[in-house]
Amino acid sequence: MAFSKLEQDLLAAVADLHALPSGAFNIRKDGEAVERQSSPNIDIVPKTDRPGIDIVVRPGTRGEAVHVPVILTRSGLRDLVYNTFIIGEDSDVLVVAGCGIHNQGSAQSQHDGVHEIIVKQGARLRYVEKHYGQGSPEGRRVLNPNTVVTVEQGAWAEMEMVQVKGVDDTTRNTTAYVYEGGSLKIIERLLTHGTQQAVSAVEIHLVGRDSSGQVLSRSVAQDSSHQEFRAVLVGKERSVGHVECDSIIMGDARIRSVPELIAESGEAVLTHEAAIGRIAGEQLIKLMTLGLGEAEAVETILSRFLR
Amino acid sequence: MLELRNVSLNFNGGDGAGIEVLRGVNLQLERGKLYAITGPNGGGKTSLAKVVMGIYTPSQGQVLLDGEDITGLSISERARRGIAYAFQHPPRFKGLTVADIMKIARPDLDSVHMRGYLRDVGLCPEDYLERDLGPGLSGGEIKRIEVAQLLARDAEVTIFDEPEAGVDLWTIQKLLAIIVKRYKGNRQGLAVIITHNEQFLPACDEIILIDEGTVQGQGPAQMMWPLLRDDIVCKQRAQCVGIGGRIDGI
Ligand SMILES: Nc1ncnc2c1ncn2[C@@H]1O[C@H](COP(=O)(O)OP(=O)(O)OP(=O)(O)O)[C@@H](O)[C@H]1O
Ligand SMILES: [Mg+2]
Repeated sequence: MAFSKLEQDLLAAVADLHALPSGAFNIRKDGEAVERQSSPNIDIVPKTDRPGIDIVVRPGTRGEAVHVPVILTRSGLRDLVYNTFIIGEDSDVLVVAGCGIHNQGSAQSQHDGVHEIIVKQGARLRYVEKHYGQGSPEGRRVLNPNTVVTVEQGAWAEMEMVQVKGVDDTTRNTTAYVYEGGSLKIIERLLTHGTQQAVSAVEIHLVGRDSSGQVLSRSVAQDSSHQEFRAVLVGKERSVGHVECDSIIMGDARIRSVPELIAESGEAVLTHEAAIGRIAGEQLIKLMTLGLGEAEAVETILSRFLR
Repeated sequence: MLELRNVSLNFNGGDGAGIEVLRGVNLQLERGKLYAITGPNGGGKTSLAKVVMGIYTPSQGQVLLDGEDITGLSISERARRGIAYAFQHPPRFKGLTVADIMKIARPDLDSVHMRGYLRDVGLCPEDYLERDLGPGLSGGEIKRIEVAQLLARDAEVTIFDEPEAGVDLWTIQKLLAIIVKRYKGNRQGLAVIITHNEQFLPACDEIILIDEGTVQGQGPAQMMWPLLRDDIVCKQRAQCVGIGGRIDGI
């Protein structure tokens, strides 16, 4: 099918898609899959009992990418989808997810995604999920992803979750279990403005020996927006975990940042750093001495901080 | 030419009383010359530079560039007019790389020249271009990157604030050679180095001694340097050469 200009823009914003990709993909629009393609190594199969798909990557698949963006263009729609990703043993793949909402009306548009990601033994996964919204100021745009990740023995996963524009309300829950020698890194980038609200709760259970987990969160809260971060690390075995939450606060925004460390083994090494602060005056001055105007200096600092 | 006319600067003390940081400073700096500003800690050197850059607003007096009063101009406007300052204590930025800041300092900088400026300050470009200007860099590295930006700016008025601080001896030698070659006798502009360094001081055309917020002495380096050398407390020497007196024409 042909995508309208609007749909193309949404796809570009959330999945960096400018044409149909060559590998496996599934494009979901307004509650149904409109384009789907499997590749010889990556199977995309619709679920039979509920809305959603299974993405199955064959063991040993290397250097392939799969795109599974979701777009909503009808005001008032509430889309609920269940996706399961199985990343086969010793494979090495990139998954590009993401959700873009265009809401031109006054009713609320909402996408709730329930994801299960299983990274099998020795596999490597890079997962990128971008959230984006646009449309009229009255039409609320809501995104609530729930993700459960399993990183099996010796597997590695890096998940990057980005939301920089246009989402009014988001509650993101991510729970992960990391087994022996496995490693998981979760990177979050968030910008809220106006009266937007964002809650993100991450829980990493380091259940296997020599497992490791990291949460790196950077956020900017502008105007009177609210943000809340909860990052919990549970070290059940000899393991290493680190949480870093770094936020820039502006205007009348509010940020609550709650890192929590739970060591259930004497050999767990868990650390956290959290910082919230305004843009330092000396940073602005420094950039102005290089010729930038004040607004330009703020923009530069924010965009690089969130990069 | 850069001129300061009767410049004073006050800060509000905690108890509401004003602290006088600069007191009636008069200076005339000419194109083609390399100046050193020195003097005891807390004397007002950095404050003076910040008044020139527009970071501090003087409570009295004017700053003139080529005869034009620029006292009312903002920092950005002065930067665009060709005034450049390398901070004594440059701030750090999370997410901004060395390449990013070099590009901001000089938007038309190509990669060959960018690398060249980093080498000038003793940094291997391959190791640094993509580094974040955050807490991962050492104080000396941040300092060198700050100086590299200033070299890249290629401004008309260039002010280095203790470029040698925290920088190793080998790099200092090289940096000095570069600065001397570039600014001495170059009529395109003028440069000022705020410094305590005994290699930098005699290498400049003129030395300006600042203490207690005023110019305590100014003169050709070959005359000022012997007076300042071997002296532990610059202040004492300043008294010997005559407080407030401009020593030139000797
Ligand atoms: N922003 C400020 N607020 C209050 N006082 C200040 C401020 N900046 C400088 N001062 C004071 O002004 C005086 C001069 O400081 P300045 O930094 O100009 O000295 P300096 O000559 O550069 O010293 P150093 O050799 O240590 O770098 C000091 O007493 C300092 O405490
Ligand atoms: Mg100083």
